[in-house]
Amino acid sequence: MKAARQHTPVVSYDVAKLRAEFPILARSVHGKKLVYLDSAASAQKPRAVIDCERQVYEEEYANVHRGPHFLSEWASDRFEAARATVRKFLNAADAREIIFTRNATESINLVAATWGRRFLKAGDEVVLSEMEHHSNIVPWQMLRDAIGIEIKVAPITDDGELSLDGFDRLLGPRTKLVAITHVSNVLGTVVPVAEVIRRAHAAGAKVLIDGCQAVMHRAVDVRALGCDFYAFSGHKLYGPSGIGVLYGRSELLEAMPPYMGGGGMISSVSFAHTEYAGIPQRFEAGTPAIAQAIALAPAIEFVLELGFEAIQAHERDLIAYATQRLSAIDGLTIHGTAPGKDGVVSFTLGHAHAHDIATILDRAGIAIRAGHHCAMPLMHRLGVAATARASFGLYNTRVEVDALAEGIEAVRRIFA
Amino acid sequence: MQDDLRDLYQEVILDHGRRPRNLRAIADASASAQGHNPLCGDQIKVYLTLGPGDVVEDASFEGKGCAISVASASLMTELVRGRTLADIERLFGGLHHRCTGQGEAPSEAGIEDAMEKLDVLSGVREFPVRVKCATLAWHTLQAALAGRAKVSTE
Repeated sequence: MKAARQHTPVVSYDVAKLRAEFPILARSVHGKKLVYLDSAASAQKPRAVIDCERQVYEEEYANVHRGPHFLSEWASDRFEAARATVRKFLNAADAREIIFTRNATESINLVAATWGRRFLKAGDEVVLSEMEHHSNIVPWQMLRDAIGIEIKVAPITDDGELSLDGFDRLLGPRTKLVAITHVSNVLGTVVPVAEVIRRAHAAGAKVLIDGCQAVMHRAVDVRALGCDFYAFSGHKLYGPSGIGVLYGRSELLEAMPPYMGGGGMISSVSFAHTEYAGIPQRFEAGTPAIAQAIALAPAIEFVLELGFEAIQAHERDLIAYATQRLSAIDGLTIHGTAPGKDGVVSFTLGHAHAHDIATILDRAGIAIRAGHHCAMPLMHRLGVAATARASFGLYNTRVEVDALAEGIEAVRRIFA
Repeated sequence: MQDDLRDLYQEVILDHGRRPRNLRAIADASASAQGHNPLCGDQIKVYLTLGPGDVVEDASFEGKGCAISVASASLMTELVRGRTLADIERLFGGLHHRCTGQGEAPSEAGIEDAMEKLDVLSGVREFPVRVKCATLAWHTLQAALAGRAKVSTE
């Protein structure tokens, strides 16, 4: 608390008022006020999202795209309006370039299973980075095992930045795809994706960006970036779970075979032959997550209304303050010291294992993550088995950072 | 510190976690196995030397993990030495009962002292997600005895 008063925080919006929009933040855990520092795993939802999903079920629900009745038409309009909101959010050229999936994992798997299977062949190379989440590693390994592509891994520096020189060295005539994270879920590093895309395109490769840890922290303009595919999950963007997005440039999507077969993705079916639907329906077989897609729109509107300038000012202040408070703790090491980090601060503490840290903090009402964060190759690169990770969203406060720092001090006293 | 945390991180646990006993490989072990907790990435390897009558002559472990898993492994290597496989089975049952409060407690006849030493892990009961930490070494020991090379707590 004392430290909080020594600095004037950059107050870009009224955080107390904003927190009131997130009902769950008012609850307590183990008899303590909840300090939620796990938004990078999944963010909490504002009332607008919760109310929207409830309203869909109470007043607007029917299946989409098929029913010749009022409610089906209504729900279909709302579903497509949500797609239009995502288009605007990513500044895609056309709403048909927005495919609804379950989550970013499914979005990446979709690209690997359709574009990858159709356009890659044995010996072609896919370039990843050392800081990828398993969801941007395993689909490519499955494709490797199926068709014999090769996986190359771009190195990071000790600060946790992508080595652009190391990346360049991997690019060659056989490079067909670069699949890389926008923001590291462990290190918080922001990858210079515009530059990565420029270099990859110069080498003749397509680029998929895993934007799971980016879209809640920064404006993404897929056309300005020039990326070919962009994937994110709704639940990390203060939206519902069960809904994700894949953006793909229309000329690529048009040429891709379907992902799953079923209803909604065809234009005609006989036992001899099936004509597939156009995009995006071709990739959306079966009844989608209707209410969740519709309720993703108010999440996006919530974020856009605050504005990324204000969100960034607020979150940058939190990251800087957390870095300062945590660095001052004896024996604590912060993993990932790239400038301009987004969202997360990962750390280890002397001999205290990340799980013990998380257990002790949990009893103080503080929710953090501990473990390998689905990035085991990165853990290996860092030389640790696990890290503790505090992650920050637009609703967190310096007071919560203070609680975290005090909680870690308590851990340190136990394990000293 | 809160009571439930004090019960979990008892001095004995912290001591075993800090200075694990029998943290070494056994070159000519009768049995060994690798244990893995995929949830946290913890890896441990357990070694055993069996003497006449299938009595454990030596037990050791290698690996890294949280305070609970390391302390449990360390304690286990001390407790199983000189015991028969049947006694070890009962000790594991006793540990499981202490950590979960579920099932029936096995008979402690003849191994009361060893069973009592497992009481330090009963604080885990209030932390269900940590039960796997406390039992990883024991599951790995079982796998070693069963001749399996790898075990996972999943």
